[in-house]
Amino acid sequence: MKQKLLALLLVLAVLWGLTGCHGAQKTEAFAVPESFDTARQYEITFWAKNDTNITQVNIYKQAIEDFQALYPNITVNLRLYTDYGKIYNDVITNIATGTTPNVCITYPDHIATYMTGENTVVPLDGLFAHEKYGLGGSEVLFDGPTQDEIIPQFLSECVLNGQHYAIPYMRSTEACYVNKTFVEKLGYTLPETLTWDFVWEVSQAAMEKDENGNYLVNGQKVLIPFIYKSTDNMMIQMLRQQNAGYASQNGEIQIFNDTTKEILLDVRNGAATGAFNTFKSIGYPANFLNAGQCIFAVDSTAGATWMGSDAPLVDIAEENLVQFETAVMTVPQYNTDNPQMISQGPSLCVFNKEDPQEVLASWLFAQYMITNDVQIAYSQTEGYVPVTSKAQNTPQYQDYLSRGGEDNDFYYDIKLQATGLLLDNVDNTFVTPVFNGSASLRDAAGQMIEDVRKATRRGETVDDAYMQKLFSDVTSLYRLDQVGGSGGLTGKASLGALPTASKVLLWSLAGIWMLMGVYAAATFVRRKKEKNQNTY
Amino acid sequence: MKKILAILLALCMMMAFAACGANTDETTEATTTAPTVDATFGLEDTLPPDASTLADEVEVMTYEEYAAAELEAAVVVEAYVQATQSWWEDKITVYAQDADGAYFIYEMACSEEDAAKLTAGTKIRVTGYKGEWAGEVEIMDATFEFVDGADTFVAEALDVTDLLGTDDLIKHQNKLVSFKGLTIKKIEYKNGEPGDDIYVTVAKGEDEYSFCVERYLTDPDTDVYKAVGELKEGDVVDITGFLYWYEGVNTHITAVAAAE
Repeated sequence: MKQKLLALLLVLAVLWGLTGCHGAQKTEAFAVPESFDTARQYEITFWAKNDTNITQVNIYKQAIEDFQALYPNITVNLRLYTDYGKIYNDVITNIATGTTPNVCITYPDHIATYMTGENTVVPLDGLFAHEKYGLGGSEVLFDGPTQDEIIPQFLSECVLNGQHYAIPYMRSTEACYVNKTFVEKLGYTLPETLTWDFVWEVSQAAMEKDENGNYLVNGQKVLIPFIYKSTDNMMIQMLRQQNAGYASQNGEIQIFNDTTKEILLDVRNGAATGAFNTFKSIGYPANFLNAGQCIFAVDSTAGATWMGSDAPLVDIAEENLVQFETAVMTVPQYNTDNPQMISQGPSLCVFNKEDPQEVLASWLFAQYMITNDVQIAYSQTEGYVPVTSKAQNTPQYQDYLSRGGEDNDFYYDIKLQATGLLLDNVDNTFVTPVFNGSASLRDAAGQMIEDVRKATRRGETVDDAYMQKLFSDVTSLYRLDQVGGSGGLTGKASLGALPTASKVLLWSLAGIWMLMGVYAAATFVRRKKEKNQNTY
Repeated sequence: MKKILAILLALCMMMAFAACGANTDETTEATTTAPTVDATFGLEDTLPPDASTLADEVEVMTYEEYAAAELEAAVVVEAYVQATQSWWEDKITVYAQDADGAYFIYEMACSEEDAAKLTAGTKIRVTGYKGEWAGEVEIMDATFEFVDGADTFVAEALDVTDLLGTDDLIKHQNKLVSFKGLTIKKIEYKNGEPGDDIYVTVAKGEDEYSFCVERYLTDPDTDVYKAVGELKEGDVVDITGFLYWYEGVNTHITAVAAAE
């Protein structure tokens, strides 16, 4: 009897062990509750990013205050960041410990990584459509947008694997802020649409110096005609504009191609003369632009308030500001008939929790962030665009758009031009495929430009052999040989197939149970026979 | 038979646990709940391809030679650690100094174990490239080694109050310095509340300057972070810090006290 008990305990231990291995920290998939329990108190955390802009911080705080007034049983704790990467790293750390925020500002690339934890991020389609608590739902206590009122292009960027895992919060793109005065001083006329050839040519032409070592165009010792803030975006857009490979939708890495090499050779040529540089190497493009030390400054439309002689936000000493005419243009293009520019900007995702009511509270707050008041107020802090037609079409927002240049603060002309640039080009924007590892690929894309620029300035030979080594180094550095393809975000059953070893073990266990059954039956029959024999 | 069954079951259990511990190729992300796979992507981005070979090609420079070197030039210097910012993803930013000058070594490749040994006074040999970011001259893409058997050196703060607003101040860039009798004009948290950097606007006479409490150097738990947070407009203070530059002087404050 003891031996049977021991065997049984062992089997249970094995089964328990296997169960523990597969999903020790698993949270059940979220199911929308029948109703929101307003008798309970909820405390949720919101990790938000701002552009080192106190007005944006205050808008978050106001939104929370207003939301809490509507839902007194929900307390929202705000944690502020100024860097998407920091949010990403903190979320990763907290997934492992089960302490993710409830709602956070994010990029879809990052969500793809978050989703490697099972049921970590809440799929939102069920919530979108929920009659009571969905977008425009009957029980929602504020006038939020319906799903149809979210700009479809922006909403589609939040789809991973056929489901929405985020809602857009703000959208921006990149713009090229041009010192038009210097361009014309150099004898050029700005084209209607900026091209790469034009930017490279003017940049090289600007490098001419006088006998004292001052640049002719600005009379200063310092001039970097072309500065790019995000080299990730630079590479991604250059590839897209030429229909060259970057990554497939299922995560196949395609970036190591001949077009990439040609782009990097252009970077080399620009770096060799000092005509091209990057934020990572020298600092913010806006500071050089405003000091008359840059002609083409590419940065987000969400950085527009820092651009231009009369910019409301300035980091350099007033005596270093130079007066010039600023043109706000789309990023340089290869094909002006088919302009392509990246769509970027924050989205909101909701993290899953043990308590569905807490998740529902989180969803209500996330939804509140796309109501008109929040959307319009936040978008006006920079060259952002509200993500809903409901907000864009309000008389309040239309009035705002029409008043560019009335002052150099709220109606700052450059900011409103940057906003208009995106509004006019929504159909020309694109996003890159999202998969587990796409964030690494994005980093790698920018790193190649940074490396080529550095290598050129440091006297290395940047040729085909260099490119081959660079491709290899970057692949290794960012582990690009381990991402994408079948290892990408598939969205199949989150645990996937069991490993062969586990299958063998389970079959072994089944076999052992059968053997035990046979043994028990044989024993039973034998004892019964013995009993019968004894009886007779 | 019973014994055999018990042994088989025990073996199965051991094998089962072993199988769970070692992911096979065919399982990849499917068998784990924590996102360990992608979390490490990009974290090895610490070394430029050729930095480690520079030490063989470039001789150790004096501070004067370093100061004279062109931007982007390969540099090798020996200096004494004065302070460090938080270690992060196998990188650490170091404030270093010797008797002749000071160095800001940005995101130097460093293991967590070695980071713990970078205490004030420790002598290190740094190999990297000279760069300039928003006016701050720094060594970037750097590697380092400890100088065995070296002496130690902890800098005394140099009083540069009289140099504020002059072209000579930048000659002391990155040194530990002090300013006497500055008037607080504004205290502003980067995020509007404690937790991140504190922007400190100070005045000497009519001129104002931007200083900073850099949270990765002195985090919110430090005395200086708390003390600066409590300053009010009009307070007159003595400030000690590293003479960092961001589009002009932007001292990273390490100590503050009411003016003597």
